[in-house]
Amino acid sequence: MNKPSLFGTTLSELQEIVAEIGMPKFTARQIANWLYKKDVAAIADMTDISAENRRILEEKFDLGLVQHSKVQVSVDGTKKYLFPVGALKFIEAAYIPEQTRKTLCVSSQVGCKMGCLFCMTGKQGFQANLSAGQIVNQVRNLPEKDQLTNLVYMGMGEPFDNMEEVMKSLEIFTSEWGYGWSPKRITVSTIGIVPAIKRFLDESQCHLAVSLHTPFEDERKMLMPIQTVFSLSEVLETIRSYDLGRQRRVSFEYIMFKDLNDTPRHVKELARILNGIRCRINLIRFHPIPNTPLKGSDDAAIEQFMVALNNKGIRTTIRVSRGQDIYAACGLLSTKELVKKPVDD
Amino acid sequence: MTSLDFTGTKKLTLNPVSITGRVEIAPSVFLISFRRDFSFIPGQVLALAMQPTDQYRFYSIASGMQDPEVKLLFDLKPGGQLTPALAAVNPGDIIYTSMPTGNFYGTAKPAVWIAAGTGIAPFLSMWRSGLKRDKILVHSGRFLHSFYFEEEFKSLENNYIRCCTRESGDGLYFGRINKWIEEQKRLPNDRRYFLCGSAEMVVDTRDALIEKGISYENIIAEIYF
Repeated sequence: MNKPSLFGTTLSELQEIVAEIGMPKFTARQIANWLYKKDVAAIADMTDISAENRRILEEKFDLGLVQHSKVQVSVDGTKKYLFPVGALKFIEAAYIPEQTRKTLCVSSQVGCKMGCLFCMTGKQGFQANLSAGQIVNQVRNLPEKDQLTNLVYMGMGEPFDNMEEVMKSLEIFTSEWGYGWSPKRITVSTIGIVPAIKRFLDESQCHLAVSLHTPFEDERKMLMPIQTVFSLSEVLETIRSYDLGRQRRVSFEYIMFKDLNDTPRHVKELARILNGIRCRINLIRFHPIPNTPLKGSDDAAIEQFMVALNNKGIRTTIRVSRGQDIYAACGLLSTKELVKKPVDD
Repeated sequence: MTSLDFTGTKKLTLNPVSITGRVEIAPSVFLISFRRDFSFIPGQVLALAMQPTDQYRFYSIASGMQDPEVKLLFDLKPGGQLTPALAAVNPGDIIYTSMPTGNFYGTAKPAVWIAAGTGIAPFLSMWRSGLKRDKILVHSGRFLHSFYFEEEFKSLENNYIRCCTRESGDGLYFGRINKWIEEQKRLPNDRRYFLCGSAEMVVDTRDALIEKGISYENIIAEIYF
């Protein structure tokens, strides 16, 4: 039987562990220090912990670090890393270097339950939630870790469908006992699970991104099944009920579909529904997936849409597509080919 | 009316209800009941928990909008956080539910309902609420006993298709919904398709329908989140 992993445990969990084993209380901070600040490679290397206590820890725990098993490099410098997560399961993380920013797009689930019409990850169904350790491991074992400036939870899976582990991972990234990152360097993206948005806004200081894709509820229902449970108006009502100050950012992701959501009618409605929310819209080129009935808007239409929204006073940018040739771009991450699970109904 | 009227976050407060019945309608598949003291639209869901502070899960209402009791259908998931306790409730026990929420609404217009397993629940609610005309129901299940409430739907005659993936039987189609869709010469293109099931089922079925020429604009899905 596999031993539990130390990597991915929070300080409070470590305090419980050391108390249970009968180690001094301060050992919890020592372990956290080794795990998240000193990048220790083995429990035996935690040399400020007594040899006997290290032996006990090794007996009860694995460190839980996992190296990537494959990397693909795009012509634009984007790298897609494949990480194994347990038996026959894999996730991808995309490293996106730019002039001043180096961003890692991490996964939170193997596959996804949300079934959005435009997303490749959704095509593989759902296989597993990642543990906090498996989420943080994507950063810990990234060869470019020390160059990272930003982290986005926009890889495989819906982060807010794995709330406990995602919140633990955010705690590890942002705590002084963990990686000590500013929460302003981290953005978590959701399709709009309302209770989880509330918890996230209450308990975390990280930025929030919401997949919007159309301001019209009936249209959104065709694109995103979550709309049948949590409506867009409810999502916006929730966000509007928070005073996020000037430091914390809410952005809306908007994939541009030709003749579907790129019309002046959409600009007008976006301006109406986002009124009163200090936010920005990221326009994203659609990266076609197999058998999709959707078509991407052309560059001129996207540019025009951006200008129209900016003229309405909504700060709008166009996200540069990266890593499309290695299927690392937005909506293209998938390990479906590696999933051999039969589905019989 | 917008969905906001039904799904305001404040309405997700969980309130106690007293169980009036629990029936195991098939192996590990349960139907629980409690008295209805709210109105709802067929296709809506309730958040459900054993305690008001527990993490809740959503379940489609399986009863008609005029029925005196609300019924909820679920699979027992061994090791799950909610269903083992839910499967053990007895009349008089208290569980906690939200007000109805969601907008996977039934319609009086012609429609094709496609369900996998307990995904039949919202369609049963629509059916029991009187939305019976011009409906085609495609239901998939693994075993002969997986076609819950089949007696009620038999009046649909040829418009009731049961896809059984592991057993053969009279009047059943042997195979997955996708295979059934692929084999159809023509599917009606003048009506909406409502899908309810797991993420895999919804994605695969939606792809198969689109492949058959059904516009994605006519496909509405509810996934077991």
